Amino acid sequence: MAANYGWGRRIAYQAAALLAAVALGWFLARNTAANLEASRIASGFGFLAREAGFEIGESAFLRYSASDTYLDALAVGLANTLAVSLIGIALATVLGAAIGLGRLSRNFLLRSLGAAYVEFLRNVPLLVQLFFWYAVIAEGLPHPREALEPLPGVFLSNRGIFFPTFSSSPALEGFNFAGGAALTPEFAALLIGLATYTAAFIAEIVRAGVLAIERGQWEAAYAIGLTRRQALAHVALPQALRVIVPPATSQFLNLTKNSSLAVAIGYPDLVSVANTTINQTGQAIEGIAIIMAVYLTISLSISALMNWYNARVMRR
Amino acid sequence: MKWLRENLFANPLSGLVTLLLLFLLWKAVPPFIDWALLDAVWHPDTKACRAGEGACWGFIAEKHRFILFGTYPYEEHWRPAAASAILIGLWVCSGIRIFWKWWLALVWPAGLALIGTLMWGGILGLPFVENERWGGLILTLLLTTFGLAFAFPLAILLALARRSSMPVIQGLAVGYIELMRGVPLISLLFMASVMLPLFLPQGVTIDKLARAQIAMILFAAAYLAEVVRGGLQAIPKEQYEMADSLGLGYWQKTLWVVLPQALRIAVPPLVNTFIGFFKDTSLVLIIGLFDLLSTIKVSLQDPRWSGFGVEAYLFAALMYFAFCHAMSRYSRRFERRLDSA
Repeated sequence: MAANYGWGRRIAYQAAALLAAVALGWFLARNTAANLEASRIASGFGFLAREAGFEIGESAFLRYSASDTYLDALAVGLANTLAVSLIGIALATVLGAAIGLGRLSRNFLLRSLGAAYVEFLRNVPLLVQLFFWYAVIAEGLPHPREALEPLPGVFLSNRGIFFPTFSSSPALEGFNFAGGAALTPEFAALLIGLATYTAAFIAEIVRAGVLAIERGQWEAAYAIGLTRRQALAHVALPQALRVIVPPATSQFLNLTKNSSLAVAIGYPDLVSVANTTINQTGQAIEGIAIIMAVYLTISLSISALMNWYNARVMRR
Repeated sequence: MKWLRENLFANPLSGLVTLLLLFLLWKAVPPFIDWALLDAVWHPDTKACRAGEGACWGFIAEKHRFILFGTYPYEEHWRPAAASAILIGLWVCSGIRIFWKWWLALVWPAGLALIGTLMWGGILGLPFVENERWGGLILTLLLTTFGLAFAFPLAILLALARRSSMPVIQGLAVGYIELMRGVPLISLLFMASVMLPLFLPQGVTIDKLARAQIAMILFAAAYLAEVVRGGLQAIPKEQYEMADSLGLGYWQKTLWVVLPQALRIAVPPLVNTFIGFFKDTSLVLIIGLFDLLSTIKVSLQDPRWSGFGVEAYLFAALMYFAFCHAMSRYSRRFERRLDSA
């Protein structure tokens, strides 16, 4: 584009840009150092080895108690982030694919309900939806003693959602359920909110992917005697997948990043634990650096995977 | 009848789906209407609300002034109301093609100056109101407007830099965009609220609203830059070659040939990004600003009205939906016109 510049000017422009960036970084770093010195905050990651001293409401995979270190606490936060993100991605994909295909259906009712779902969920902030789901669970559902039982063994109450596992099933003990598996109200609200919200976006991606298939492909499928459903499953969807996968991946990433809204409804994800850590230790820069480094690692490794996948698909 | 057969009962499976959906709707819709409309309590009476079976819209009736205007002085509420109306008016006019004239560029600063005068006051007999007390709808609208106004030029520069043939400039742009897009907005808002004061020279302070606004601008610029880049990539190569053959320099070519076309193509995705940004302003609640969602959440902390969260957030959803739906319909109409042109 700028081929009409001589190489001397090109080098001068780039050197100027680099110099400006370095100068800005130096200016910010110097101010920060001076401010930290003035407020006597010691910098560094030494605090990670100290005892955290706060409890965490729930932990997905790891054991944790208040006497563990900040590093352990942050690891629990990260595990919680990954837990809600992975389950959320699975649910959002299934729901999104179903709604996206429903919107392509020739059934008017199915099509319109799908369209209404997408239009409504996409146009309301996720944070509002999370507060809504949390209010529905905490205020709308009854106490454990009067819990709803939509399916045998599955209980919905304002203390969370309880369902049976292979080894045990939930039973009322005192004021709450024991046994089986449980989703806390915070986890359940976050999971429902993330999955239903992201499903609306995935539905649109799936729909666009199928619509991108040329008409000739459909005609060819019908010509060899396939029904509409067979043509969709064996001809259209496999081809649509190439169009669907890249934007769907970026929705998965969005879901993971959006799980940081957990802090607003009290689910102890990475951001929430890091926030508590910052408040207790005053190590704001380190805390935020940890959050950013973790999310950047997740984002960049997924994009790298995506680029590799795209390069492979394109080569064919 | 023919329509029914083709659209609802085309084959046995379709018929089954129709019946199943009708059954679900019949189970869900009448109880919802009972709750939301027929059994609802509309006047601000907590006793009736707690006794009744239906929704408590009395909560909204009681709190609507606080929800819309936050802690702005009560007698002065007409000022944020007028400011909100002016700001919405400016946005609507900017969306209509007959107003796309050069003087629109003058109307905006004039309108914003008027809004600033209304909100701050201190002159013309209006009592001064510090921006700590601004809240509710106008805060959401202002965060969106100023966020986009500053992010947009930055986004264009970033997009051009990313398409530049100079590796250092391209690298800086890619680094910035990927960094901003790789982290959640909350972490940027936290960073702005706790780290921005550290970044500044000693003695320089910056208020909470401005800190949040800066974080929103830096965040939005990265996302808008990618949309603008999409528009730039859609311009055929001949356009560049033609501009080159006319002997135009880089900036002449960019300003007069490339950008006008690229931005026009990019209007629908840009509007979608605007919608996302408008929704994202609700996150400032987490760092303690009084936007529309925050005032609704705070209203629920009144012990007389606690426990009506479902109604409150449904109302919040409808408010946001009204704005976002209008924008998304606009974007779709524009897209159709682009396709036909």
